[in-house]
Amino acid sequence: MSNALFTYTLRLADDLLILSQRLGEWCGHGPVLEEDIALTNRALDHLGEARNLLTYAGQVEGKGPASAKATAGPRSEDDLAYLRLERQFTNVKLVEQPNGDYAHTIVRSFLFDAYHLPLMQALTKSSDAQLAAIAGKSVKEATYHLRHSSEWLIRFGDGTEESHQRAQAALDNLWTYTGELFESDAVLEEMTKAGIAPDIAAIREAWSKTMDQVLSEATLKRPADAFMMTGGRKGLHSEHMGFILAEMQHVTRAFPGVEW
Amino acid sequence: MSDNPNNWPLWEVFIQSKRGLDHKHVGSLHAADAEMAIENARDVYTRRQEGNSIWVVKAEHIHASRPEDAESFYDPADDKVYRHPTFYTMPEGAKYI
Amino acid sequence: MSMTDVKNLEELFQAKIDAELKIEPKDWMPDAYRRTLVRQISQHAHSEVVGMLPEGNWITRAPSLKRKAILLAKVQDEAGHGLYLYSAVETMGTSREQTIDDLLSGKAKYSSIFNYPTLTWADIGAIGWLVDGAAIMNQVMLCRTSYGPYARAMVRICKEESFHQRQGYEIMAVLAKGSPAQKEMAQDALNRWWWPSLMMFGPTDANSPHSAQSMKWKIKRQSNDELRQTFIDRTVQQAEVIGLTIPDPDLKWNAETKHYDWGTIDWTEFNNVVAGNGPCNKERLAARNKAHNNGAWVREAAVAYAAKKAKRKQAA
Repeated sequence: MSNALFTYTLRLADDLLILSQRLGEWCGHGPVLEEDIALTNRALDHLGEARNLLTYAGQVEGKGPASAKATAGPRSEDDLAYLRLERQFTNVKLVEQPNGDYAHTIVRSFLFDAYHLPLMQALTKSSDAQLAAIAGKSVKEATYHLRHSSEWLIRFGDGTEESHQRAQAALDNLWTYTGELFESDAVLEEMTKAGIAPDIAAIREAWSKTMDQVLSEATLKRPADAFMMTGGRKGLHSEHMGFILAEMQHVTRAFPGVEW
Repeated sequence: MSDNPNNWPLWEVFIQSKRGLDHKHVGSLHAADAEMAIENARDVYTRRQEGNSIWVVKAEHIHASRPEDAESFYDPADDKVYRHPTFYTMPEGAKYI
Repeated sequence: MSMTDVKNLEELFQAKIDAELKIEPKDWMPDAYRRTLVRQISQHAHSEVVGMLPEGNWITRAPSLKRKAILLAKVQDEAGHGLYLYSAVETMGTSREQTIDDLLSGKAKYSSIFNYPTLTWADIGAIGWLVDGAAIMNQVMLCRTSYGPYARAMVRICKEESFHQRQGYEIMAVLAKGSPAQKEMAQDALNRWWWPSLMMFGPTDANSPHSAQSMKWKIKRQSNDELRQTFIDRTVQQAEVIGLTIPDPDLKWNAETKHYDWGTIDWTEFNNVVAGNGPCNKERLAARNKAHNNGAWVREAAVAYAAKKAKRKQAA
């Protein structure tokens, strides 16, 4: 049980941590000052939520019998963020995709936000009090995120010819990474059975509805559900992941065991 | 101002920091439309929980009085002391007035 | 307007300043006052925005999640401060677009300090402690500057900046009492950022021809040298507390003046960086141009969509 809860919490955390890392790359390089600030707010929200989840994951693991570090106390948020290897990260591949142009960044966030909001809403009713509390805080932020990315996507889709093309291209490129958001496996099944995780099919339904609504208002074409990428939840990532971690972890790893 | 039609117009931002207080001018920003202006205002001017409600108005829609009118506008109020409650002498002992 | 009229207006203007009344956008002001302010405030705005670059490039590498969050929030504040200041420039009739074009073309200046590279994590500490520390000296003074919109922007900025210097000093303090390698990193950062930080206060009073006029107009209220000396006096003590050494062999307490005596700034280096030959001048401008150019279609799309939406609303 606690192993599955650890893994499940870590998945939630890793999605947000890596997305935040990507969004952080934009800081100082946004298309306009106001949007630079907005994007950084998102990065901060995701990071804050990731930190709460990582801390909780560490606590869950610390209590479990299988914990390798049980004697040394629970792993901290930083242990989990900085000292795991590529294969130990469980985020979906969507969030590790490069920022690309602003359309790619917005579409990536939109695809994620439309999943994240209903997930957090449902998680507030989780039988795990800690996850429910984290989700409760998250819902407010996630509501704003989805609004922000939807509005931008509509602006792009229904803006200029160039913005329309860029948005459609981004959507077509990234669609293949959306299947992974709704994958189920033994961990998720156990969590759902325990009333900790919500029914992923219902999340998918909500997500799909948002897709139809927003994409139609944006005059964009919803791509067909062709081949879907997979692997992230098992630690099988794209080649981007190694570079993300190299950049994120190098200072911490160069000075093992110190305070910052 | 600039002639480029692709520049976002300037908006003035007014924020009510707490329910019951006035909306107060806090600054300005650029946005393509009102909705974006409100969201930008949220992101720019309420990063430290300063806000409860936001008003935005396109800067070009604000009309201001002219400084050279200041004397004729405001000085005549100088001698109307009877508009202030302290002008009046209340009988000793009267309460709640 | 006749010459006598202008002269009278100038006297009235100066009388207002002398009486500590703020000048507001629609007030009459001498052309030179307007020009000086537009130049100074836009330089200040550009400095905030360019200043995001050397720090921003450490966001993805911050060594703990707490530090990453702090740095994100801090660099985001700089964007906000740039925005407030561009707005203050706009009250003088110069659009943000014009102001930014001057930056992108290389015509406008910004604080030279941001043309130095951030080489290690300790540089993020040094920037917060020294660069923000030096900037705050100026900014606190500018909260009382004579031009209303500038003063109001500065009040907001100072309020928000108060954590910036502290987070930097905290980074340095933690490094200084950390492992020997961490301490070395902190000392190295201090060595590299000390002198450029002192240069931030500008030329010496003797070589600062516009200063007197700016003081008379109460745009500035303290001279470059006064501010620099106060900064040194405060910072030396802070360095002692965390056990780092200020890289100035001539630094010595002077019991008579009650100030530190200190060495000399390498003004050749300063002039070189101002002239565009600093370690990162080209990179900084290139990064700003790239962001601006890559953002063009985004800004255009938003305008096009807003127009469509307005039209539909009208038709409905």
